[in-house]
Amino acid sequence: MTGFDFTFFLEVLVGGLLSGVMYSLVAIGFVLIYKTSGVLNFAQGAMLLFAALTFVSLVERGVPFALALAITFLVMVLLGITIERTVLRPLVNKPPITLFMATLGLSYIIEGAAQLIWGTQVHGLDLGIDDTPLEISGILISKFDLFAAAVAATMVAVLTVLFRWTRVGLAFRAVADDQFAALAVGLRLPRIWATVWTAAGLIALVAGLLWGARLGVQFSLSLVVLKALPVLVLGGFDSILGAIVGGLLIGASEKLAEVYLGDVFGGGIESWFAYAIALAFLLIRPAGLFGQKLVERA
Amino acid sequence: MTTPLLTISGIRAVYNHSVVALSDVSVTIGRGSIVALLGANGAGKTTTLHATANLLPAERGRIAAGKITFDGQDVLATSPGTLVRSGLVSVLEGRHCFKSLSVEENLITGAAGRGSRRREASADLERVYDLFPRLKAKRRISSGLTSGGEQQMTAIGRALMARPRLLVLDEPSMGLAPLVIEEIFKTLSRLNKEDGLTIFLAEQNAAIALRFAHRATVIENGHSVLEDTAAALRARPDIKSFYLGKADLHAAAEARNPTPSPVPA
Ligand SMILES: Nc1ncnc2c1ncn2[C@@H]1O[C@H](COP(=O)(O)OP(=O)(O)OP(=O)(O)O)[C@@H](O)[C@H]1O
Ligand SMILES: [Mg+2]
Repeated sequence: MTGFDFTFFLEVLVGGLLSGVMYSLVAIGFVLIYKTSGVLNFAQGAMLLFAALTFVSLVERGVPFALALAITFLVMVLLGITIERTVLRPLVNKPPITLFMATLGLSYIIEGAAQLIWGTQVHGLDLGIDDTPLEISGILISKFDLFAAAVAATMVAVLTVLFRWTRVGLAFRAVADDQFAALAVGLRLPRIWATVWTAAGLIALVAGLLWGARLGVQFSLSLVVLKALPVLVLGGFDSILGAIVGGLLIGASEKLAEVYLGDVFGGGIESWFAYAIALAFLLIRPAGLFGQKLVERA
Repeated sequence: MTTPLLTISGIRAVYNHSVVALSDVSVTIGRGSIVALLGANGAGKTTTLHATANLLPAERGRIAAGKITFDGQDVLATSPGTLVRSGLVSVLEGRHCFKSLSVEENLITGAAGRGSRRREASADLERVYDLFPRLKAKRRISSGLTSGGEQQMTAIGRALMARPRLLVLDEPSMGLAPLVIEEIFKTLSRLNKEDGLTIFLAEQNAAIALRFAHRATVIENGHSVLEDTAAALRARPDIKSFYLGKADLHAAAEARNPTPSPVPA
């Protein structure tokens, strides 16, 4: 290992962190719903695909960018609230595996519906940000990555503020802590669930556009959720902070592994390295880095 | 006397379509009174209180017969949230604080449940801190890290933040030291006298309940079997031997709810 190229290392690291922010974003969508209703919403990926597909199709039909964005957001909110009302609410109090199966089924229905409405071809999505590298103090960074990370970071910041400092956020954390007590105190659970699903819809929209612009809008886009799973394992399923840190760690480590260990393992590490980390974590620290520390006196 | 604030008449409660928890329970609660619901383990106290706040559906329970009226409202046709906003507020058995929220945040959820304005909420907060000075000192601490007594005070304070007219408490004495129990009951009594707050509380600790309540109803196996003034009940020999005779009532409560052993990190 002579002549370690530090600048190159930083480039890889920063690139990894930037894509990590996008993992965090998808993971937060999971965490929000998991915390309030105990559901691991597997349909998050399908929602993301649905959002990207709806947006692209609208734009391709000549709808202006901003209007298409607004319409898609509305559609996502409606979709989220419909899912909550028609599928999850009737299943309240059912075992987690039932709920998980319900969202799994749902994700295929959403994908099927998307296919039915918008067709199966791959769409290119151009958000108007060119992908030329930008030089910042000697390090080359993709402009698009920077933009995507900035958008994702803004979302994360807004959500954090919302949940930390507002009454809706307080109600959200209360429900996450003890649903029965929240009911007894008079908190309006349906309203909280609707808020959470709206946030999840918004996240699906933003993540769908960012990932769609990078990978093309196609059905494999819904597999982005599979990338969120290791992030959740690492950060804990019930921690927003965990989703953020987990996303960054996974993003950075998989890029670094690809570059520095790629030769040893014969390349393609990026596609499985995250899962290897997650698996190791499951063995060492099943609750994740920030998962539910028991805040309780013995 | 005017119409009662709450009437429970002949309710029958069933869990999971199969377990009959209450067969025939009736309780009447006059405005401005403190009414105790006494009974042994599994007699149906909690079920009765949950029915009163229409919380049974959330536990897959159902009222199969009978009627509950709160100030003219049909309780069983009203959502728990709406009941809270019309002044019927519960403190659950085992306190049920939001453990990861600070003490003050817990209190504010009570205001959020009622939909209080910010100004109202901060005035109510001062009132709660005045009633329970200990909570003010611990306001920033996660409620999960406070003592059992402080958690009970937090749970009561949280309910008070919703400005109740009827406060429903399920075994406020459970697992607490005698001095703390005394403090909590004195505060409840003060709220009753100063603010005219009507109180409906379930207790296994009949000694303390009958000291502070005006009237009491005794339930056995899902039937209400006896109703009288607290003074009359205290004097009855059967009540004495069943509920008051045992010096180890408190120990019984402890055994029923043992302190959990430390969770390995
Ligand atoms: N969620 C439930 N599902 C099924 N059965 C239940 C449920 N909750 C209570 N029961 C049953 O209903 C009966 C009354 O229980 P309840 O909790 O109301 O009694 P309690 O008087 O509050 O007792 P304790 O003093 O132990 O708190 C018991 O036989 C109990 O097993
Ligand atoms: Mg009980």
